[in-house]
Amino acid sequence: MTEVSMTVNGKSIARDVPDNTLLVEFLREHLRLTGTHVGCDTSQCGACVVHIDGKAVKSCTALAVQVSGSDVTTIEGVANGALHPMQKAFNDNHGLQCGFCTPGMIMSGIDMVSRFKAEGRDLTEQAIRHELEGNICRCTGYHNIVKSIQDAATKM
Amino acid sequence: MSDGIGARTKRKEDKRFTTGRGKYTDDVRMENQAYAAFVRSPHAHAEVAGIDAAKAEAMPGVIAVLNGAELTGDGIGNIICGWAITSKDGSPMNMGAWSALATQKVRYVGDAVAVVVAESVAEAQAAAEAVEVSYKELAAVTMSDAALETGAPEIHDNAPGNLIYDWEIGDVAATDAGLASASHVCEIDLTNNRLSPNPMEPRSAVAIFDEAEDHYTLYTTSQNPHVARLVLSAFYQVAPEHKLRVIAPDVGGGFGSKIYIYPEEIVCLWASMKTNRSVKWTSSRSEAFMTDAHGRDHVTTAKMGFDAEGKITGFKVDTIANFGAYMSLFSSAVPTYLYATLLSGQYDISNIHCNVRAVYTNTVPVDAYRGAGRPEASFVIERMLEVAAREMGMDPAELRRRNFVQSFPHQTPVIMAYDAGDFDGNMDKAQAAADVRGFAARKAEAASRGKLRGLGYACYIEACGIAPSAAVGSLGAGVGLWESAEVRVNPVGTIEILTGSHSHGQGHETTFAQVVADRFGLPVENIQIVHGDTDKVQFGMGTYGSRSGAVGISAIVKAMDKVEAKVKKIAAHQLEASEDDIVIEGGEVKIAGTDKKMGWHEIGLAAYTGHNLPDGMEPGLKEGAFYDPVNFTFPAGTYIAEVEVDPETGTVEICQFTAADDFGTLINPMIVEGQVHGGVAQGIGQALLEQVVYDDEGQLLTGSYMDYCMPRADDVPFYTIEHNSTVCPNNPLGIKGCGEAGAIGSPPAIINAITDAIGAEDLAMPATPQRVWAALQAAAPRMAAE
Repeated sequence: MTEVSMTVNGKSIARDVPDNTLLVEFLREHLRLTGTHVGCDTSQCGACVVHIDGKAVKSCTALAVQVSGSDVTTIEGVANGALHPMQKAFNDNHGLQCGFCTPGMIMSGIDMVSRFKAEGRDLTEQAIRHELEGNICRCTGYHNIVKSIQDAATKM
Repeated sequence: MSDGIGARTKRKEDKRFTTGRGKYTDDVRMENQAYAAFVRSPHAHAEVAGIDAAKAEAMPGVIAVLNGAELTGDGIGNIICGWAITSKDGSPMNMGAWSALATQKVRYVGDAVAVVVAESVAEAQAAAEAVEVSYKELAAVTMSDAALETGAPEIHDNAPGNLIYDWEIGDVAATDAGLASASHVCEIDLTNNRLSPNPMEPRSAVAIFDEAEDHYTLYTTSQNPHVARLVLSAFYQVAPEHKLRVIAPDVGGGFGSKIYIYPEEIVCLWASMKTNRSVKWTSSRSEAFMTDAHGRDHVTTAKMGFDAEGKITGFKVDTIANFGAYMSLFSSAVPTYLYATLLSGQYDISNIHCNVRAVYTNTVPVDAYRGAGRPEASFVIERMLEVAAREMGMDPAELRRRNFVQSFPHQTPVIMAYDAGDFDGNMDKAQAAADVRGFAARKAEAASRGKLRGLGYACYIEACGIAPSAAVGSLGAGVGLWESAEVRVNPVGTIEILTGSHSHGQGHETTFAQVVADRFGLPVENIQIVHGDTDKVQFGMGTYGSRSGAVGISAIVKAMDKVEAKVKKIAAHQLEASEDDIVIEGGEVKIAGTDKKMGWHEIGLAAYTGHNLPDGMEPGLKEGAFYDPVNFTFPAGTYIAEVEVDPETGTVEICQFTAADDFGTLINPMIVEGQVHGGVAQGIGQALLEQVVYDDEGQLLTGSYMDYCMPRADDVPFYTIEHNSTVCPNNPLGIKGCGEAGAIGSPPAIINAITDAIGAEDLAMPATPQRVWAALQAAAPRMAAE
């Protein structure tokens, strides 16, 4: 067991966890933040994407102890009173159906828009599709997910 | 009516999903929860010589290790297939025994032989690995045609030669005569590749046994919780129905794979009783590949005859369907009543014959996956029409038009009676939207860049809302295929709709509310949709086969008819008017042509106070209905794919994908189009990327997303969607259904486009760059010679 402490969605937390606890397990089972999902076991599907110190990371691919001291944001921490523009864009553009991949899509979407803006790059349709390589959706055929991210990019 | 029928109302359910507050089965945690891990066979075919659990039982956290002998000893029944098919010689299908935990024999890699229940997932998994099972390996067979060969390993004692049934439909003599009279006969051999459905939420179950009440609750990832309860109770004898509550909360996609009741759910319920603990199991993705029912896997040869004008004279099809190691719940119906009955396509064909042999192999069971039989039928017909047109030197669109059914109703020779449609209209809209006239210029431009551009059509038809119950019963179905609904108007006028349909991405909470809002002139916010819980909804058949609109909404409409009748009686009494003069509009109940009226909420209040109701009327305002359709519905459409092939690498880019669909009345076009997008992407996956592969020994080679290629965002284009609706005459709102169309129509359109581009027809799905490149090399001499 190791004590891990981090900021999750703005709150400082500390817990003793087994050393092999994955970050996603820590969030879901120890903190009961079940919005972060597990859709595969090979780090491909992206349903578990969270932000660690402002960067999108697959939380199934990090140990909780590795993240000790970091600032973690999950899907539950994205809205600040009102919905985040990315969350609203997914609703406005029908960017989700079953909702299972959605938290990861939104976290990846926010990350790519922020990153491209910071780097002064143009987030084209092609770029969005390429950036979504690590997020799998089986319901939407990606059409409305790409539209949602395009829409949110104009509002973030 | 801003949110009524036809409005692009934004989804009510999105807030919880976009903020991480959806409630899926794996999010459920009980106070006394333990975890199950399954001991699975590493062999595709073997006798189980013994199970030694002593070491596992002694490991930390282990509560129990349970096996199949104990399961059978407790009277838990075998898993069954619920649709009886009779072979052409009159014999019943050969259904082999399937125990939720295998006892004497394992029949596929992943077949469960024991379960460990422990305090944590890690402890359960560690102990499962320590259970020592001794196997006596047997030879395995994985391909359906090989399973039928003499000397193939036999998988079930009661299925000689691995044959489950040998079934036929249509008039073979008339079809042979039709082919003999043809001026051109086109022959094709096709494989419909085996797929894994892959909803993003893996299957999960939480079983809760309440010893004091002798009662069970099961949270599970189901498309049809009432069917699950019925089967768990009546066939598997887990508990009587009134002692078993099944809850399917938010479910993360299904595509057919969550229709069935799998061994794991049965075992979790039984294990919760054995251990007196709540027992949870959540599939890993690897387990999902190994145990979720697969789809498709047909091997087909087909012949179609044409007269000199291109009219079809006969169509003869022979198909072998791979059912895997056991017969899953609806497996038997897929290559028969959901496949062979659709072989007339959109065409007026007098003579059709189809023979289907279903076979066991040492692979995971195969059952309905998005489209279920109809994608396989569409692929055979639409590849056939395209290949035949090219052989005869005709425009593929024109050949189709010459054979389209032109008047309705139309009786095909394979059971189906098409009720309505406009096949030329679908083709017109698709051709205009795809700018088919401009194709030659685009092809020339592509050639200037060294690319081969091709265009392919598919004109699909499907049958949705399988019904009526008496008809499917006469064809062997073990269940009725109606739907139920209850409309509860509260004293303040808000409404709860209880439905037997189940939403796992389809957006019922929005579309069903729109239908009610439209009828009574109420805001959608005042309407709550309740589903997925057998304690709340009395009964229901669930959601699959694109049935929720055509059947589920129709049941709601029937219940609303009864509510409306009672509302009018109350209003007529209170307003001192004739019932016939009462109209309901804009949330008010009025005497037509006057300013006398009552608010909708006032009617609710009057019904529940009971102070001033017509003589003899019961208080309250709640009505239920069961709706049994009179026929299938027949969505149809034309899809046009345009692709570019890089001849150097064989890679395929989908440049345009155009769909013109006839789904009847659209409740919410935004949601309907979303269904098409998703279906088309799954069809693109089948056409270009996806294939379940077993090696000759039955080891699953595609057991993760590292090996099984799912469509990603950069594999697909933006889709162009057109609607050409004709109203279905057989249900109250004229709905046809839209859930599966995309997956049915897209694979042939894409393969037709690629084969057009490369000038070769011999191209198997998935059309990987390697296969496309090889087909190009084989065709190159021919192209050079031309």
